[in-house]
Amino acid sequence: MVLIKTYDAPPMDEHEVFRYAGCKGDEASVRELLDGCKAETADVLTYKVCYLPLDVRVTDDFCDLGVFGVRSKHLARNLDGCAKAVVFAATVGVGIDRLIAKYSVLSPTKALLLDAIGTERIEALCNAFCDDAEKEYNLSARPRYSPGYGDLGLPFQKEIFSVLNCRKHIGLSLSDSLMMSPSKSVTAIVGLCETECGKPLRKCEACGNTECTFRSAL
Amino acid sequence: MNFNAYLQQNIVYLDGGTGTLLQERGLRPGEHPERWNIKHPDAIIEIHKAYYDAGSNVVCTNTFGANALKFPPDELEAIVKAALSNAKAARARSTAPQEKFIALDIGPSGKLLKPLGDLAFEAAVDVFKTTVALGVKYGAELIYIETMSDSYETKAALLAAKECSDLPVMASCAYGEDGKLMTGASPAAMVALSEGMGVAALGVNCSLGPKQLRPVVRELLRYASVPVIFKPNAGLPEAVNGKTVFDVSAEAYSDVAAELIAEGVRLVGGCCGTTPDYIRAVCAKTRRFAPLPVEPKNITMVSSYTHAVAFGNQPILIGERINPTGKKRFKQALLENDTDYILSEGVAQQEKGVDVLDVNVGLPQIDEPTVLKNAVSSLQAVIDLPLQIDTSDIAAMETALRIYNGKPMINSVNGKAKSMNAVFPLVKKYGGVAVALTLDENGIPETAQGRVEIAKKILTAAAQYGVDKKDIVFDPLALTVSADAAAAQVTLEAVRRIREELGAHTLLGISNVSFGLPARNPVNSTFFALALENGLSAAIMNPYAADMMMTYYAFRVLKGLDENCEAYIAAAKGFAETVNAPKNAADDPAAEDGSALRRAIVKGLKEKAAALTKERLSAAAPLEVVNNEIIPALNSVGVGFENKTVFLPQLLMSAEAAKSAFEIVKSALTGKGARADKGVFVIATVQGDIHDIGKNIVKLLLQNYGFRVVDLGKDVPPETIVQAVRELHAPLAGLSALMTTTVPAMEETIRQLRRGAPWCKIVVGGAVLTQEYADAIGADKYAKDAMETVRYAEQITGK
Repeated sequence: MVLIKTYDAPPMDEHEVFRYAGCKGDEASVRELLDGCKAETADVLTYKVCYLPLDVRVTDDFCDLGVFGVRSKHLARNLDGCAKAVVFAATVGVGIDRLIAKYSVLSPTKALLLDAIGTERIEALCNAFCDDAEKEYNLSARPRYSPGYGDLGLPFQKEIFSVLNCRKHIGLSLSDSLMMSPSKSVTAIVGLCETECGKPLRKCEACGNTECTFRSAL
Repeated sequence: MNFNAYLQQNIVYLDGGTGTLLQERGLRPGEHPERWNIKHPDAIIEIHKAYYDAGSNVVCTNTFGANALKFPPDELEAIVKAALSNAKAARARSTAPQEKFIALDIGPSGKLLKPLGDLAFEAAVDVFKTTVALGVKYGAELIYIETMSDSYETKAALLAAKECSDLPVMASCAYGEDGKLMTGASPAAMVALSEGMGVAALGVNCSLGPKQLRPVVRELLRYASVPVIFKPNAGLPEAVNGKTVFDVSAEAYSDVAAELIAEGVRLVGGCCGTTPDYIRAVCAKTRRFAPLPVEPKNITMVSSYTHAVAFGNQPILIGERINPTGKKRFKQALLENDTDYILSEGVAQQEKGVDVLDVNVGLPQIDEPTVLKNAVSSLQAVIDLPLQIDTSDIAAMETALRIYNGKPMINSVNGKAKSMNAVFPLVKKYGGVAVALTLDENGIPETAQGRVEIAKKILTAAAQYGVDKKDIVFDPLALTVSADAAAAQVTLEAVRRIREELGAHTLLGISNVSFGLPARNPVNSTFFALALENGLSAAIMNPYAADMMMTYYAFRVLKGLDENCEAYIAAAKGFAETVNAPKNAADDPAAEDGSALRRAIVKGLKEKAAALTKERLSAAAPLEVVNNEIIPALNSVGVGFENKTVFLPQLLMSAEAAKSAFEIVKSALTGKGARADKGVFVIATVQGDIHDIGKNIVKLLLQNYGFRVVDLGKDVPPETIVQAVRELHAPLAGLSALMTTTVPAMEETIRQLRRGAPWCKIVVGGAVLTQEYADAIGADKYAKDAMETVRYAEQITGK
């Protein structure tokens, strides 16, 4: 049975917002605009997650997750040693998409900053959820793994959407080209293991694309 | 007994949850429950029968997700057929004594509608139509549209039900903790939309437990003139010892249900987590309750996709600026398909505080149905005010009403039989509040009495079409006082009498009254005040006219409508700032040397750049300002970006400042031929892709560097792009794609462009692209950012 959680706004990491907006650090000239954008988003953001706990069995590159099975070498490596996992979908709602659309017309700078805020917000929500999952199951969480990472193709989104019924539970839908609406949303599988089975990789470390613009400093 | 008749006299008990019961019987996560109609009919019949036995009057078929997006046609038909047959079998087997009905259950399509998602409105209507037609074919007695979390999708389903059946239709929505739908609609907005579409009942279901939904239900009871539905979850699901349980018991659930029935709820059931025991408990507790009568509320209400605006409590301001009459720049925008211009007019009026936006795009040279439809959907993508569809073209009116998300105002109908015959059927079908002009075949009566008579005639005709008085607002017509000294008096008397004698609301286009006079503002604002005092409910007006706005705020203060005079004080502050704005925008001494403008652009100060440009133009030729100040400023920032000393937000701030400077230059050059274009650049986000932030950045920079950018938007089919490039003989096209799944659409677009427009150079960009990818799909150029696109465009055009 799919479970649902609603969160209060997690604390904001402004450094991340600046990074997503293409700034190296806290740029004074952008600061005033950013504060305005933050104020405008405060009322429109919602923080919702739906999820399903799963039992995991990994054999070579096949991950048997009970409700679905998936062949992926990279996911198998990520889940190796985990007996449990949680598949989840998270979204911060359509309000920010509307603001981005509005400012795309009026002020592309604000649109860019709003987009960066949205990205930081959804990541913060996922972090809060994964921290919660660790506590709830008293297990240690691996870095969350999403369709599109490594050799796990985007079409896997369809399976996740079907199992979680995201549209009904948190208002999240998938387009024919496998894009999510609202756009500031994430689906992922997070492996849960008994011990600190090797210090889990954080964020960008798990990704092979070292040329990525958004790769965070390690 | 038919359902509508039963509903008038009784409390109607609906069924409870199905999903939870199916899971107990083995439904797996991700499995389509609708297939159980065929695979396990006994299980479905058993569940339906248990609800009838528990006291439900209405059982909903197991067809929540039975739609053409999820199932192929044959299977869909088999599912709906089996679902109805299962419900009928359950009804036949149940010996419970109450009246029993079968509702065709329709849940959301599973897709989000455009512009937020990728399902077009008409495609959604078609999806629902297929299911409705099957339901009708196999014997549904009513249609229940439920768990809707988007007002637009609700409208699509209601329209489908209306166009494919004569059955009673009920609609209930899933409201969140904030008391709104996922896409933002308030309960009042849903009442306006749903009643406008003619629902038999409306309400809440799913999403939350009974207590959390109580405030939403109370809000619905306050506004609705049709019966209200209450069908919440048994609280929220929790995981307890590895099992999922809902946290509200049948006992606690039925307490809240009973409380709300006593307050006026007329249909009650349950959603996720509720079982026949819940329904039984509700029935036991409320069987002896007398149903409260459903009173018509007579509230004149229009709505957007977020909120409703009700007439009567406060004067309503309707912004009139989206209208080409007498506006050269606006006409040009319409002819050039410059949607951004129309949108910024809308946003600017919203910022001035109007409640509703009038939308008029009537020009002889244009295809009005298409342009009006596009204007309405573009405005609704970014502005949450209700719109007033303003057109005399009936085809355009219908197109716009159909795709409008909410309940709009319709401007206008009048006392001529031809007008009423054309407009009232549209009001009845799509919902809306019609502005009715008090004129007829004999023209505009000279007396107030004559105008009141026409108003009465209009009300009688409207009633024959099933359009209620509350859905008509009269415009008794403000005529020019300089042509007829009695004109204003007659109008004011008509306003008062229509309000007092007919109990209807009125509005006026204020500024007509002063036509032909010098210093029109004092006449307009005084007339506005007089009209408000005579009971005027709304004004179509120019929100940039400070006198009018201050009159509005002053009226509210004097009528006790503005607590602590807060709105007035805030408005007065803004008013004083406009009046006392410094004449010299260059408030720092450095401005004298002519570099202040350059600095303003480099620093990204939009307003200042515009003001300084205006000032510089008094001393220098437009092209001199462009070449000596704006372009060098842009260049220094562009080079800074390329050298990584300036970051993207700063580059954009400068670009916006430069754009505002260019706008000033443009208006100075009007009629003298604008700045010469370096060339046409067609730009689009490819089909299937709905993210366009990067594309918009490229567009802004290209415009600043002197290119004419034709922006085709997002999710654009290859054919549309080829057609635009061919028509404009554009030397350059830019395509963007965000994800690997949309790169094939980019490749196809390139293939078609090579065939249809071989001269055109193609630049590609977007998060997922790389040089290799660009080479593989045959692009001429991969640009890693906006500046690189600009440099490439300059290189190709040789400028």
